[in-house]
Amino acid sequence: MFADWPLLSLLVWLPIISGIVVLMVGDRSPQAVRRLSLFGSLLVFLISLLLVTGFDSTTASMQFVERLPWISTFHIEYFLGVDGISMPLIILTTFTTVLVVLAGWDVIEEKVSQYMAAFLIMEGMMIGTFAALDAIQFYFFFEGMLIPMYLVIGIWGGPRRVYATLKFFLYTFLGSVFMLVALIYMYFQSGSFSVLDMHALPLNMTEQTLIFLAFLIAFAVKIPMWPVHTWLPDAHVEAPTGGSVILAAIMLKIGGYGFMRFSLPITPDASHALDWMIIFMSLVAIVYIGFVALAQSDMKKLVAYSSISHMGFVTLGMFVVFMIMANPVGEGGAALALEGAMIQMVSHGFISAAMFLAIGVMYDRLHSREISAYGGVASSMPMFAAFVVLFAMANVGLPGTSGFVGEFMVILASYKANFWIAFIAALTLIIGAAYTLWMVKRVIFGEIRHQEVARMPDLNGREFVIMASLAFFVLLVGVWPDPLAHVMHASIDNLVHHIAQSKL
Amino acid sequence: MTLDALNLMPVLPEIILLTLACAILLIDVFMREGQRDVTYGLTQLALVVTSVAVLSGMGMDQRLSFEGSVINDGLSDVMKLFILLITAMAFALSRDYMKERGIQKGEYYLLGLFGVLGMMVMVSSYSLLLIYLGLELMSLAMYAMVAVHRDDIRASEAAMKYFVLGALASGLLLYGMSMLYGVTGSLDIPAIRQAVMAGTASDTALLFAAVFIVAGLVFKVGAAPFHMWLPDVYDGAPTGVTLYLSAAPKIAALAIILRLLGDAMIGMLPDWQTLLIVFAVASLFVGNVVAIAQTSFKRMLAYSTISHVGFILLGVLAGTKAGFASALFYTITYALMTVGGFGLIAYLASKGLEADKLDDLKGLNDRSPWMAFILLILMFSMAGIPFTLGFWAKLAVLQAVVEIDMVWLAVYAVVMSVIGAFYYLRALKMAYFDKPIVKGLQPRSWDARMVLNVNGLAILALGLYPTSLIALCATVFNAG
Repeated sequence: MFADWPLLSLLVWLPIISGIVVLMVGDRSPQAVRRLSLFGSLLVFLISLLLVTGFDSTTASMQFVERLPWISTFHIEYFLGVDGISMPLIILTTFTTVLVVLAGWDVIEEKVSQYMAAFLIMEGMMIGTFAALDAIQFYFFFEGMLIPMYLVIGIWGGPRRVYATLKFFLYTFLGSVFMLVALIYMYFQSGSFSVLDMHALPLNMTEQTLIFLAFLIAFAVKIPMWPVHTWLPDAHVEAPTGGSVILAAIMLKIGGYGFMRFSLPITPDASHALDWMIIFMSLVAIVYIGFVALAQSDMKKLVAYSSISHMGFVTLGMFVVFMIMANPVGEGGAALALEGAMIQMVSHGFISAAMFLAIGVMYDRLHSREISAYGGVASSMPMFAAFVVLFAMANVGLPGTSGFVGEFMVILASYKANFWIAFIAALTLIIGAAYTLWMVKRVIFGEIRHQEVARMPDLNGREFVIMASLAFFVLLVGVWPDPLAHVMHASIDNLVHHIAQSKL
Repeated sequence: MTLDALNLMPVLPEIILLTLACAILLIDVFMREGQRDVTYGLTQLALVVTSVAVLSGMGMDQRLSFEGSVINDGLSDVMKLFILLITAMAFALSRDYMKERGIQKGEYYLLGLFGVLGMMVMVSSYSLLLIYLGLELMSLAMYAMVAVHRDDIRASEAAMKYFVLGALASGLLLYGMSMLYGVTGSLDIPAIRQAVMAGTASDTALLFAAVFIVAGLVFKVGAAPFHMWLPDVYDGAPTGVTLYLSAAPKIAALAIILRLLGDAMIGMLPDWQTLLIVFAVASLFVGNVVAIAQTSFKRMLAYSTISHVGFILLGVLAGTKAGFASALFYTITYALMTVGGFGLIAYLASKGLEADKLDDLKGLNDRSPWMAFILLILMFSMAGIPFTLGFWAKLAVLQAVVEIDMVWLAVYAVVMSVIGAFYYLRALKMAYFDKPIVKGLQPRSWDARMVLNVNGLAILALGLYPTSLIALCATVFNAG
């Protein structure tokens, strides 16, 4: 019944249209705005579930394809389609947006319509980024989403919001413009902006290296990798809870997605030649940024650094594949690494969203993000404390939670490449446990040192729904990751075959 | 001279505009001080009638007329229509502003109309003489317009500066033209093109001619390092006049650049290409970096103009059909954005408040979310962020530059536009993140409101679907 629907177009434009409607309703009736936004985001989430039911996981080719001429003079197409790599990320986007709308329900009192509209419009743009198969269309959404995020951090952010949002915007913008030039260059080589044509485009080593570096700047800033990560802690700390959630859960994934969709298949030889660099940067992120996280006194900053560290696993998993393939006993390890990276992205989407939402819950009550302002929260908010401990365990990578699956797969695969890479990566299990559990100890447990903490009410119904749904997914992916892995299996196998063949 | 050569149909729009301008001049004499809106209405009517004449003349068989000195091609038609449209928008946006300051004089509209006539002559001219004639007609009208607020010292200074430097630029251009005439023996562009292509003319003299012509042209459009006059003039002139000066004349200037460099001297592309690279690189640098230091929004937009001129020159220097098409597309985009930008300043101004400082934008989102949204569209479009028309304009130019294998120039341009993004974002920071100093907005007349809204929404709509505008610019040059 839904087979002929332009599902992806619907998913891209319905949130944007809902955003415009919400803006037009305006701030005269904030309650109507909230309900409308919730309705819009839920509707989009339900529609996105049709992608799951209609998805054919046996094929690596693009599905739900819509292909129309857009700007024929430049051969730019309106070209949407998903495969096993992008589909889970779209579901993650639609799910997270519902949570963000809920999380801003009574917290945002000023300019409610603009707040909700910004997130709805951003949702459409993020889905567009994941679904776009025309390179310019991808760039169009990739850049476009900076606009609502700039406003979200700047209007509803903390005291240093102007600095943070400008830094966020300019960093990401600077990263992505090089990619634009690279895309234009490839257009003149292949005569088309289609990403699939670019995958097949033969390029010599010099071209590949330069294009790879252009992509690297764009995606390394976005994901973000050490040493271009410095915008992220600032942006996270200053952003309102919803902004942090979207940043951590989805925007960072766009960097990882970009590596898989652009860098690896378009420039396999350059990726191979420069994989040591990415692996090095990933390991630095995993270890060094982990230690940086340990030193934070601001909870949001701590989770932000932990995000960077976890993203190190994603980039490690993606670029360790060449070393695995070079190893004769590495059979099947490449696909394992890539799948691990993907699962890590999805899992981090849930966990980081949960962590930021949990911090948001505390911030709404005490208006402080300092670890030292809390202590003994468990005695005043037992239900909340239970959730936080669960999410903290997931962040550490405890077996049975989603955080374990991805990290374990990446470490296992890295072992087939080089023992020491796996060893250094595995250090995260210790460092991650240290910073996460230490924070939990200082915030949740211990004696109540501040009277305000004792008066903090436990979760209300709305907050409980948010926490419970996230906990559900964290555990589901943790104990039963098969369906998720199954969806991406064919696409990842295809990618492994593609990058195994040199373009030279 | 045969009867056929005297056919006036090809210049009918110009004749109509001239006649109507003279008629308005006569009518305006009988208007009292409070009745300038009549002159305004008639001026808009004249622009509409002229547009209709241009539209009805499109697709005329006769491409060349007046013994080859007037050309009517796709380029001239498209440019004339946009010049008329943008000018009408500028007049609509400036009306309240001029009225509040007591400078809504008949002269403002009449000089404006004669300036438009000059632009139309420039666009259609196909011989050196006519190019110069049109340019001077336009420039003289604009010098006087800057001084329309006679008692304002800054405006008078701006007018003086504009006049002296404009005359210098005209002198340079004229000198170059005379040398070109001397070595090729003709004033007509096709004949010059053939002489240049044939290589019979002296190289040294041609090179000299090219240098002076290019210098004169970039002086006129305000490319760095010949940009010194531009911020002072745009800032010093009353905003209503800046609206007029900054937008439509750039389209006409592009016309003569394309006729002179892209047509007459296309045979020496490598020579003027090198020159234009220097000017484009300098303009992108000055326009984007110096703008950061500005506290005046109006002056910031003036510097932003310089950087846009840099982008337009990038399109021209590609020297390909796609490059010229991208320059045309960028110029039209620029004109729409700029008329919106300065129009917004005029819109936010009130009696006694110029609203031209960045601080005046503070809290615009609280004062009027809709106007803040228009500002948002304009700023992101100028910065070249997707979902706005400005992105496609930059993309078109970058494509043209990459196509001629000047990837480094494209990389330089995008890095500069990142630097430029900073000050556009700062304007938005004032409007969205800061608390308002004053409350509410001055009520504005319906035409200004409509023009500003339609302009902003058009930039957004064309940002989503620029297909027809891009195709139009490409077909003008048979490119794509």
